[in-house]
Amino acid sequence: MVIYGVSFLGACYILGQLVGEFLAKWIGVKANVGGVGFAMLFLILAHDYFNKRNLFSAEAEKGILFWSQMYIPVIVAMSATQNVVVALNSGLLAILAGVIPVFMCFACIPLLVKLTKSPLNN
Amino acid sequence: MEIIVNFFEKNGLIVAFVAVGIISYLGFLISKHVLKNKIPGAAVAILLGLIVAYFSGLYTGGSKGIADISIFSGMSLLGGSMFRDFAIVSTAMGASFMLIRQTGLAGAISLVLGTTVSFVGGAIIAVFLGYHDAKSIATIGAGACTFIVGPVTGAALQASSEVIALSIATGVVKSIFVTISTPFIAPYIGLNNAHSAMIYGGMMSTTSGVSAGLAATDTKLVPYGALTATFATGMGCLLCPSVFYLILEKIL
Repeated sequence: MVIYGVSFLGACYILGQLVGEFLAKWIGVKANVGGVGFAMLFLILAHDYFNKRNLFSAEAEKGILFWSQMYIPVIVAMSATQNVVVALNSGLLAILAGVIPVFMCFACIPLLVKLTKSPLNN
Repeated sequence: MEIIVNFFEKNGLIVAFVAVGIISYLGFLISKHVLKNKIPGAAVAILLGLIVAYFSGLYTGGSKGIADISIFSGMSLLGGSMFRDFAIVSTAMGASFMLIRQTGLAGAISLVLGTTVSFVGGAIIAVFLGYHDAKSIATIGAGACTFIVGPVTGAALQASSEVIALSIATGVVKSIFVTISTPFIAPYIGLNNAHSAMIYGGMMSTTSGVSAGLAATDTKLVPYGALTATFATGMGCLLCPSVFYLILEKIL
């Protein structure tokens, strides 16, 4: 049944986000630390575990795949609810401080890719 | 009229499904016929969303884009963090654990480097534009990480509310800029595989920017970028008000 997949996804989400909340509390940070990341790892590992034992039906998988296809629409909705006016009207500082570091970070990516790839290949 | 408004408000989420469907359809039409598929439909749809948010903001004076128009209030639920995170997690279905493990260390390095570079970049600009106290500079630098790290740092350091507002604006500008620029810059920085996507997620830090930017570039990369980006806000909240602030105070 489709609901098994949705429920499975929901369980991974809740577990992961809770780990993120407790991890944040533990290291004394006022934000969720990697909740989504933990949830994704749980989903990958648990799905793999159940799949190997043939406990995951194609029907249940559809319940997860539906949401992964809803991803872009959700992002479109997110874009449509951003505070774009403030971003454009907040003056030079916010625009410069929001844009220039991004270019600096973009520039670091090829470097870091090169640095971290060579030891793996050898 | 009142009946319709009340009805739309009561069924907000469903109205949001319809509205997003229309925006997406327009995005794909423009991509296909006007831009001749040079920019992917998803990217155009996301950009249309931002444009809609801009004009809605001008019209309502609110901070939540189209969701401030009462008949579209459901958009803040569909586009809110719950649905966003739920949909991001679901994309992990297609991700390979092997690839993630291979890139794990690089992802961790990119997190620290991304937070540091963003903070330093933001701080330097703050100094150039006339801020000279460590609290304000650190808060603006933190805003250059994400729009959550900025106010969290500002609150921890007791920065002025004007500076905190500025740090939020900085983070919002960053998130929007990452969204728009990623598909254009991707070919130049080799952003076309899981390895570089994980590094990209850590370097860019902003979950919303990364998830939207990768959606506009290549959906297959979303889980890898999102996986690291989701740790970035925590990393920023950890480093900015503590280590980075203390170093900044020493320098000044």
